[in-house]
Amino acid sequence: MSLVELKINGEVVKVEKGTTILNAAKEINVNIPTLCHHADLEPWAACGMCIVKLENSSKTVRACATPVEEGMSIITHDPELHGVRKTVLELILSTHPNECLTCGRNQHCELQTIACEFGVREQPYEKRLRDLPIDKSTPSIVLEPEKCISCGRCVLVCQGLQNVWALEFLFRGENTRIAPAGDDVLNDSPCIKCGQCSAHCPVGAIYEKDETRKLLDAIQDKNLHVTVQVAPSVRVAIGEAFGLEPGTVVTGKLYAALRRLGIDAVFDTNFGADLTIMEEGTEFVQRLTEGAGVLPQITSCCPAWTDYMEKYYPDMIPNFSTAKSPMMMQGAMTKTYYAEKMGFEARQIYSAAIMPCTAKKYEITRDENMYSSGVQDVDVVLTTRELARLIKSSGIDFLNLPDEPADSPIGAYSGAGTIFGNTGGVMEAALRTAYNLVTGTELKDVEIHQVRGLDGIKEGVIDIDGTKVKVAVAHGMANVGAVLDKVRMAAEKGEDPPYHFIEVMACRGGCIAGGGQPYFTTDEVRQKRMEGIYKDDKMSEVRCSYQNPEIQILYKDFLGSPMSSKSHKLLHTTYTPRPLHRL
Amino acid sequence: MASDIKELTFSQELVSFIEEWKGKPGNLIMILHKVHEEFSYIPRDVAKKISEMLEVPLAKIYGVITFYHYFKLTKPGKFNIQVCMGTACYLKGGEDIIQELENILGIGINQVTDDGKFSIEAVRCVGCCGLAPVAVVNGKVFGSLTKDKLSEVLAEYENK
Repeated sequence: MSLVELKINGEVVKVEKGTTILNAAKEINVNIPTLCHHADLEPWAACGMCIVKLENSSKTVRACATPVEEGMSIITHDPELHGVRKTVLELILSTHPNECLTCGRNQHCELQTIACEFGVREQPYEKRLRDLPIDKSTPSIVLEPEKCISCGRCVLVCQGLQNVWALEFLFRGENTRIAPAGDDVLNDSPCIKCGQCSAHCPVGAIYEKDETRKLLDAIQDKNLHVTVQVAPSVRVAIGEAFGLEPGTVVTGKLYAALRRLGIDAVFDTNFGADLTIMEEGTEFVQRLTEGAGVLPQITSCCPAWTDYMEKYYPDMIPNFSTAKSPMMMQGAMTKTYYAEKMGFEARQIYSAAIMPCTAKKYEITRDENMYSSGVQDVDVVLTTRELARLIKSSGIDFLNLPDEPADSPIGAYSGAGTIFGNTGGVMEAALRTAYNLVTGTELKDVEIHQVRGLDGIKEGVIDIDGTKVKVAVAHGMANVGAVLDKVRMAAEKGEDPPYHFIEVMACRGGCIAGGGQPYFTTDEVRQKRMEGIYKDDKMSEVRCSYQNPEIQILYKDFLGSPMSSKSHKLLHTTYTPRPLHRL
Repeated sequence: MASDIKELTFSQELVSFIEEWKGKPGNLIMILHKVHEEFSYIPRDVAKKISEMLEVPLAKIYGVITFYHYFKLTKPGKFNIQVCMGTACYLKGGEDIIQELENILGIGINQVTDDGKFSIEAVRCVGCCGLAPVAVVNGKVFGSLTKDKLSEVLAEYENK
């Protein structure tokens, strides 16, 4: 590691070679304004806000895309640069609608914040809007190209981080606009609804479809018994909307807030996650020890991933676990098992889900398996961001709520259920239970560190009673290709599969950094949320799914055993190849 | 839509061209040029087929064909009249030529007559400024144009 010495605003700084001026300035707490830069992405140098001066030179350079050089002397802020940046801002604003009050990003918009900081009061340039249509074709996200500032983040995310290629810039110059592939509507493109574009967009050009009204209407309807479930990663992120540090575990307050909204029964998707492990773990053990089905088994909890697989890897369908996602299992149990216990008809129950994810909005109606109770198993999905708004607009003082428990009989969870929120978590949870299924004994150390962390692909070997189980974990959709290509290649050569079990999550870091989570997620934030999840696991009395007492009762009283015919009807699904584009 | 099905049939020459260039760096532009030559525009289904043949995302292909003016997304007339709007032609009245064509044909720029015969396009310098103002119809150059000469030019194609 070689260091480069330079001056920033007269102060000597030593940073690693290759560091950009932008990041070098951060080291000495100097913030250079940016609009297109994002820590997850390679610099694109589109907006021009970050220009800085080289001392004793007439040259200005873009701080986001320029690496430091030995002996450089940089000026990041002076009255002239302030003026230039304000002009850049005014030019961007000249093609941006002034609709802040009704915008999906109101108060969370990076352009709005910078315009506020620069005190823009007038618009010196002629307003040139293009009247581009709003795209509401997917159940998950809304595309409003009129508000796009051509920063390039969504395109880099969709093509680079996710390898989905649903979005692209069309045309050039002042006519440039973001558009789905083939200039179709988003739902006819390869879009997997992961929502990473919406999480990275600095403005209101892409945002989650707001469905808070649906839940409010259900609460208002006296004929409906309203239930809710909360996904693992919501509890370590929603606190951010109320000023808490990322990773703060607020499960009890979250349950309390949902009750204050008027919801009748508060459940936890972590229970559904434990149930998923019972089914998927058993399925894996059957494939591994009895040859019932092909290996590697691939996880299917992430709806963006299943959508991607159905479009890009339909040949892998037999490898997919047939287990539904925890959310869909929880929905099915709510409208069958819970309904039966309470004496309700399935149609009398309205089941809502709070998710870190925009693709979950798509999943609830993806095919007929999502109606296993006879009606729609999950009626509405709200993202973490939507719920935070709803709590605020309902006058609930979130931070001062008491911690409350979830409701029985489908609310208790094990530590294995909660770690589903992290990349590697499903794998770790499944192995904890698989170990017991194979050996009949308890795993001594339940923490499997090989599958944790932010490396895009993680591989490991876990010894289960002498059997070396080879696993791989991929997150960030673009990382899955390398893993699956290895599987394909081995199959073509007639070799044994390189892995027995593969976990895939579409978003970098897993659900804790899903497309519906609070804005401004970087690796630092991911790390903190992941630590919060592992803390929740550590604090749990029970850390393996098969030990969850409510799970044990559910099988005893209702389902029979994992992979039973009742389980198959309610908790398993099928997959089908889907076209990348409309025909 | 019989005509659309016909459009999807690639000539043997085009197919072998694509096979030859497949996998070589920088092939997309070359292949799109060839496709454009064959179809006179890039129909969506053709872009999709190219995407599958080259394993290049459709998004990327659309990024390229909308970036360059040369590529058309809609079908031009059987005879596409390209009126030069380069500096010399512009100064010599290129705009009047376009206006007169619009009057005669009853269509605007980038539109096609109802019978599919003619379309008008404004293009950048075609490289024969000495003949300004210039129009090009399916590769044939008409120089020193005046409004009066236009009916003569069109007459050449009326019965083709």
